[in-house]
Amino acid sequence: MDFKTGSELLTLCEQNNTTISDIMCQREITMVDATLDEINSKMQKAFKIMMDAVHLPLTEPVKSMGGLIGGEAAKLREMRRKGSSICGTILSKSITYAMAVLEVNASMGLIVAAPTAGSSGVVPGLLLALKEEYSLADERLIDGLFTASAIGYLIMRNATVSGAEGGCQAEVGAASAMAAAATVEIMGGTPKQCLNAASTALMNLLGLVCDPVAGLVESPCQSRNAIGVANALTCAEIALSGIDQHISFDEMVGTMLSVGRGIPYELRETALGGCAATSYGCEKACSIFGGCS
Amino acid sequence: MAFISIFDVIGPRMVGPSSSHTAGAVSIALLAKKMCPGKIKKVEFVLYGSFAKTYRGHGTDKALLGGILGFSTEDLRIRDSFSLAKEAGIEFSFTTNEKEKEIHPNTVDILMTNEEDLHLKLRGESLGGGKVRIAKINDVEVDFSGDYSTLVVIQEDKPGVVAHITKCLSDCNVNIAFMKLFREDKGTTAYTIVESDEKIPQEVLKDIKENSHVHEIMLIEI
Repeated sequence: MDFKTGSELLTLCEQNNTTISDIMCQREITMVDATLDEINSKMQKAFKIMMDAVHLPLTEPVKSMGGLIGGEAAKLREMRRKGSSICGTILSKSITYAMAVLEVNASMGLIVAAPTAGSSGVVPGLLLALKEEYSLADERLIDGLFTASAIGYLIMRNATVSGAEGGCQAEVGAASAMAAAATVEIMGGTPKQCLNAASTALMNLLGLVCDPVAGLVESPCQSRNAIGVANALTCAEIALSGIDQHISFDEMVGTMLSVGRGIPYELRETALGGCAATSYGCEKACSIFGGCS
Repeated sequence: MAFISIFDVIGPRMVGPSSSHTAGAVSIALLAKKMCPGKIKKVEFVLYGSFAKTYRGHGTDKALLGGILGFSTEDLRIRDSFSLAKEAGIEFSFTTNEKEKEIHPNTVDILMTNEEDLHLKLRGESLGGGKVRIAKINDVEVDFSGDYSTLVVIQEDKPGVVAHITKCLSDCNVNIAFMKLFREDKGTTAYTIVESDEKIPQEVLKDIKENSHVHEIMLIEI
C-alpha cells in the first residue's frame, strides 16, 4: 500500500474506513517490511525524546551555543503561572513548549527533527499542550505523530522541507501543517478535515523566508516555531468547525514549492537577508564568527 | 525517488542544532570511522562552504569528532567529543578551505591515520535532513550513502574481478540492492561499491580476498 498525494491518501482512508495515521502505519509495514510493534516502539522512543526536550528548559534553562536564545520557555511559563497570560492556557502552553524545544536544540541537546531541527518545536509543543488540556493518553498523541508524518512525507515527496530550498515556509510551514492535521485527527476530525487544516496551515505561512541571524538555528527560528503552533491550532479549529478549504492540500503543496523557488537566494538560509541583514543580525554575525571590521 | 519512511519525517533523533550541520556531520564521520581499519590515532578535517563558515555555531566540529569516536547522531557525548578524543589519545585538527567554490556547500574532507600509520582519505557531503553521501575515497570519486549495508572493494582494474565479487556475494546469498564501479584511470585502482538491504556476512570478505587483484575490503554495517 502506498500513496503519492493527499487525494490518494483520502481515497485509501475512505476505502478502508480508517484514519490517516492507520494508513501511514500500513504503508510503512508494506514498504519497509517492518512489524507494527517495531514501528510503534520506534515512535515511542521519538515521542519520549520530544517530551523530554519540552520539559528540560522549564527547569534547567541554558544559553544557546550562539548565545542568542535561552530561558524563554521558563519566562513564558512563569507568566502563565502568575495568571497574566493573554493567550489562554492552550495557546500559551503550545508557545512555551515549542520554544522550549528550540532552546534544547540550540544548546546541542537531544531533539527529534520533525521534519527538520529548525522546526522541531512545533509538533511536540502542540501535542503536549493538547495532552495536558484534554487529559489525552500517550497512545492518542503517538497516533497524531503518524498523521503528522503522513503530511510531512507528502510535503517532502512533492515539495521540500529544506529552508535552503524553500525558505521557512518549507520548514515551520510544513511542521505547522503536520501539527494541524495531527490535532484534527486527535480531536476527532475526519481525514478530509485533517488535510483541510494542513492546507490552510501552508497557506497562512506561504512565502515565509528563512533568514537566520548569524546563520544559527536560534533567532528568528525560535519564535517562528511559536507562530507555527499558533497557526496549527488556528487551522485545526477552523477545520474542525466544518469550514471547508477550497484549495486542496496537494495544490497548496505545489504552490508552496513554486513560491519557495521564487524566494531570492538571500532569503533561503544563507543569512544574507531579512533578519540576518538587520543591524542586530550583522553585529551578531561579527561578534560570533569574527572576520569583520 | 528514494523511499521516504515515517522516520525520515519524524527523525532523525539527534543532538541539535542542525540536521545538515550537526547530525549529517556525525553520520559522515561515523561512516569514516567504520571504513578505517584498526584504531585511529590522528584525524584531520578540512571544511568547505557553509561548513567552513559556520561550523563553530553549529557544533559541526564536535559532531565530526563524535562520529570518529563512534557516536551516533543522538549521543549526547558529542558535546564533549573534544575532551573525549583527547582522553582516547586521538590527535585532531580542523582547517577551513574557503577558496574552493565548485563544491557541495556542506563538504568535509577527513584524513585518518591509524596506529599502523596507514592513511585513509574521504570526502563527505551533508545533503540536508541528516542525509549524507561519501563522494571520494583517496581522491577517487565514488558515491554511496551508508543507508544500506555497504561493501567497498579496492581492487586492480582487471577483467574478472567484478564477476568474482558478484559470485562470492551470490554464493553467500546476498541480494545486491545497488552496485557501482569507480576508477582513477584504465588499468589502475578501481573501487567496487555494493549496497545490500540485508546484513553482508563476514565470510564474503574472506572469499572476495582470495582473488589476487583485490587489495582491500571494507564492510560498513548500519
